[in-house]
Amino acid sequence: MSTAEAHIEEDHGHHHKETFVTKYVFSQDHKMISKQYLITGLFMGIIGIAMSLLFRLQLAWPEQPFGVFEVLLGKWAPDGVMDPNVYLALVTIHGTIMVFFVLTAGLSGTFSNLLIPLQIGARDMASGLLNMISFWMFFVSSVIMVMSLFVEAGPAAAGWTIYPPLSALPQAQPGSGTGMTLWLVSMAIFIASSLLGSLNYIVTVINLRTKGMSMTRLPLTIWAFFVTAIIGVVSFPVLLSAALLLIMDRSFGTSFFLSDIFIQGEVLHYQGGSPVLYEHLFWFLGHPEVYIVLLPALGITSEIIATHARKPIFGYRAMVASILAIAFLSTIVWGHHMFISGMNPFLGSVFTFTTLLIAIPSAVKAFNYITTLWKGNLQLNPAMLFSIGLVSTFITGGLTGIILGDSTLDINVHDTYFVVAHFHLVMGISALYGLFAGVYHWFPKMFGRMMNKNLGYIHFWVTAVCAYGVFFPMHFIGMAGLPRRYYTNTAFPYFDDLADINVLITVFALVAGAAQIVFLYNFIHSMFYGKETVQNPWRSNTLEWTAPIEHFHGNWEGEIPHVHRWAYDYSKPGYKEDFAPQHIPLQKGEEELQH
Amino acid sequence: MNVVLIFSVLILIAIAIWQVTKIFELSQVKKVSTQVADDNDNDWNGKLMFAFLIFIYGITIFSFWSYGDVLLPKAASEHGYDYDNLMWISFAIIFFVQTVTQALLHYFSYKYRGEKGKKALFFSDNEKLEMIWTIIPVFVLAGLILYGLYTWTDIMTVEENDEALVVELYAQQFNWKARYSGDDGVLGDANVRFLEDFEGKNLVGIDATDPNGFDDIVVQELHLPVGREIIFKMRSQDVLHSAYMPFFRAQMNCVPGMITEFAFTPNITTEEMRQDPDIVSKVKKINKIRVKKSKELLASGDVALDPYEFDFLLLCNKICGASHYNMQMKIIVESPEDYKKWISDQQTFAEVIQ
Repeated sequence: MSTAEAHIEEDHGHHHKETFVTKYVFSQDHKMISKQYLITGLFMGIIGIAMSLLFRLQLAWPEQPFGVFEVLLGKWAPDGVMDPNVYLALVTIHGTIMVFFVLTAGLSGTFSNLLIPLQIGARDMASGLLNMISFWMFFVSSVIMVMSLFVEAGPAAAGWTIYPPLSALPQAQPGSGTGMTLWLVSMAIFIASSLLGSLNYIVTVINLRTKGMSMTRLPLTIWAFFVTAIIGVVSFPVLLSAALLLIMDRSFGTSFFLSDIFIQGEVLHYQGGSPVLYEHLFWFLGHPEVYIVLLPALGITSEIIATHARKPIFGYRAMVASILAIAFLSTIVWGHHMFISGMNPFLGSVFTFTTLLIAIPSAVKAFNYITTLWKGNLQLNPAMLFSIGLVSTFITGGLTGIILGDSTLDINVHDTYFVVAHFHLVMGISALYGLFAGVYHWFPKMFGRMMNKNLGYIHFWVTAVCAYGVFFPMHFIGMAGLPRRYYTNTAFPYFDDLADINVLITVFALVAGAAQIVFLYNFIHSMFYGKETVQNPWRSNTLEWTAPIEHFHGNWEGEIPHVHRWAYDYSKPGYKEDFAPQHIPLQKGEEELQH
Repeated sequence: MNVVLIFSVLILIAIAIWQVTKIFELSQVKKVSTQVADDNDNDWNGKLMFAFLIFIYGITIFSFWSYGDVLLPKAASEHGYDYDNLMWISFAIIFFVQTVTQALLHYFSYKYRGEKGKKALFFSDNEKLEMIWTIIPVFVLAGLILYGLYTWTDIMTVEENDEALVVELYAQQFNWKARYSGDDGVLGDANVRFLEDFEGKNLVGIDATDPNGFDDIVVQELHLPVGREIIFKMRSQDVLHSAYMPFFRAQMNCVPGMITEFAFTPNITTEEMRQDPDIVSKVKKINKIRVKKSKELLASGDVALDPYEFDFLLLCNKICGASHYNMQMKIIVESPEDYKKWISDQQTFAEVIQ
C-alpha cells in the first residue's frame, strides 16, 4: 500500500523506472488503463457479436441444422440443432455483454480514462490506484461472465433483465442454476468496478482541471463523461441492491421478489414478495443505463463533428443543458419499461409524460449536430463518418421511442421486435458508432500510429448499410405482432409470411459481422505497422494533442499547458489557420465567445 | 454446412477488399498517405453520403412496399380504433421528421464536403433558431402526450359492472387456461396452495371452501361473446408471463402472487374476421408458403403441414423458459348465442371435483 502511494507521488511530473508488470499489467497510468479497457471491451464485443450471429442464423432458418452450431455449442446443439434453452442463453448473454461489458466499460471506461486527464490538463486520474483496481475488477467480472458460458447446465438464460421468478428458480429453466449465480456475482463485481471508476472521474473533473479550464470551457466529451459518471453513481447501486436481494431469494430462502409459486409439482414456501418490485429496482438502473451508454458516445460525436467540420459546435450551452436535462430525466422514466407489468395505470401516465419529455433535449442535440455541419468544411475521415452515422441512427431509433414511450401505444408493441429494432438503433448501433468514431479519432493518441483510412471507409459503409438493413425491416415484423425471444416462429402459422424478412435481416447481419473483421484487422495491424502519427493529426483544439506522442506517466514534460479559450475555436475569423487550440492565448483585441 | 460456406465467402470478400485497397495503395508509391482524409476522400465520401440518403429512403419505400401489409393487423376490439388512430398519427409525425432530418443531415454532409483552402463559417450560436427547435417539439409532444394519456385512461380504467363478463387467464409453463365465473358472475378465491387438491383435478387452484367457486368453469380454449365487455383477471402459477392478444390491442403481464387486470370489448367475430379481405389475402399468402414448404417436406419423407386457417391468438410475450415460443391459446369470438351454447356444455368446478 505504502509503495503504491509513494508510486503516485513520485509519478507527478517526472519519469521513473517501470517494470513490465507496473507498466503493462498493474499500471496506474490512465492511458494504459484505457487501452486495457478497450482491448478487454473489444474481446467481449467479439463474443457478443458472434452470439448474435448464431441466434440470427437460428431465426432465419429455424428448422435447418447448422454445423457451426455443433462446433461452437457442442452438446447444446446435437446434430447442429440448437436447443431452445441455449437460444435463450445466447440472447441473454449477448444483451448482458453488449450493454455492460462493451458499451459501458468498453466505451465509457476507455474514453473517460483516456480523455478526462488529457483534455482537462491533469497528470493522471485523482486516484491511479482506484483506477487500476477498477479495471481489474472489470477484468475479473469479464472472466467470470465468460466462465459462466462453460458451466454444466449452461449460462443465465432469463433475458438480460433477469426477471424473477424465472431467474430465481433453478426449476424454471436450467440456466437459473450455477449460470445465474455466476451472472449475479459477475455483475456485482462489475458494478463495484463501475462505481470506483465513476467516483474517480467525478473527482478528477471537479478537482484537477488545469489553470483556465473553467467548466464552461470544458470540451463536450468531458461534460458527457462527467454527467455519465454521476448517473452511474446514482443508479448502479440500486442494481447492486436488486442483485443482492435476488441472491438472497435464490440462496437463503427470503421472499423479496417471490410469492405463491407452484412449480414442478411443488408449492414453494415463498410468500409476500413481488417480481414487480424487482422490475422497479432493475429499471431504476436499467433506463439510466441507456444514457450511461449513449451520453459518452454523444460527447465523442460532439468533439469529432466539430473538429472534422472545422467549425465550432453549434449551441455549446444548449448541448450542455441538454446533457444535464437528459441525465435528470433519465432517472425518472424507468417505469416506461413496465406499462403492462401490472403496476397502477396512473403511474403509467406519469412515466409517459416524463418519457416523452426526453425527446425535447434529444431533438435539440440532433438539430445542433445538423447545424454544426451546415457551411462546414467537412473532413470526412472514418471517425467523422461514424459520427454522422451516429446522428443518423440516433434520429431513426430515437423517433420510434415516441411510440414506445407512449403507454397506450406500448400495449401492442411491448416486447415485440419493434422494441428490439428501436433500442438497437438508438443505443446499440449509435453507441457502437460512438465507440468506433472514438477509436478512429484517438487511435493516434493511444498508439502513436494512424489507422488505415481506406479500411476505415470500407468498415463504415458496409456497417452503415447493414445496420439499416438489419434493423429497419425489424420494425415491420414487430408491428405485425411478433414477440421477441422466440426460439422459432414456426409454432405460429400466422407468422409464416414473416420468414423471408427474417432471412433478409440475417443476411445483412452476417455481412455486418464480416465488416467488423475488417475493423479488427485494421486495429491490430495499425497498432504495430500503422503509419506513425504527427502530434496533432486532426488539427484539433483540445489539450490531449499538446501532449507528446510518446506516452509516459504524467502526460506533459514540464508544466501543464494553461487554457485561454473554449475548445471550439475552429475557423475563427482573424486566424490564418482554421483552428486555435485551447492553450493559445487570445490575440490582442480578440473576444472570447460568451457561452 | 451452408453457414460455413457463407462465412467463408464473407471472409473471402473481406480479404478481397483488403487486397484491392492494398493494390490501390501500392500503385501510388510516390505519395505516402498520411491516413488523413484528403480532398479526394472528402469528395467520394461526401457523394456516398448523398447516396446513403437515397438508400435510407429506398429501404423505407421498399419495406413499406413489400411488408406494409403485415403492419398492425386489423383491430378487433372497440378501443382498437382509438389505438390505431393514435398510432397512425404518431407514425405520420415520425415519418415526416425522419424524412426531413435525414435529408438535412446527409445533404449537408455531401454539400459541405471539405476542400483544401476552404474555410468553414464561424457560427456558434443562434438563440432564435434554438428556440424554434425547442418550442416546436414541445408543442408536438404536448399534443401527443395529451392524446395518449386520454386514450390510456380510457383503455385502462376497468370498472366492475353487471354487464361485463369476468374471465380469469391463468398462465403456467407453458400453457394457458381460462376460468369463467359461472352463473354468479364472481370468480371463486384461488391460490396455488390448492393445486394439489382433488388429485390434480383442481387445475387453477380454486379454493373449495369458497362457494363462489363451485360454478366456475376452467377451459383450455378462450371463447368470447362479441359486443360484450370482457374483464380479464390474470394470474400466473410459476414465473412471469404476458398475455398478449395483438388483434385486440391488449396485453398485460401475469405475475405470480398478484392479480392483474385488462378489459376490452371484442367487436368482430372470428367468422367475420375470416371474411375480411386483408385477412383472406394474408391467409392465401401463408398457405402458398406452406404448400411450398410441404412439398419440400414430403420430398424428404416428412409429414406435410396443415393448411392454415385464421384464428385470434393469445401469445405469451414475457420470456418464461424453454417453450416460451410455443405458449399459445386459441381465442374464438362468436355470437352471444353460440357462446351461451358453448359455455353450457362445459363442466363446472363442482362437477369436475365430484
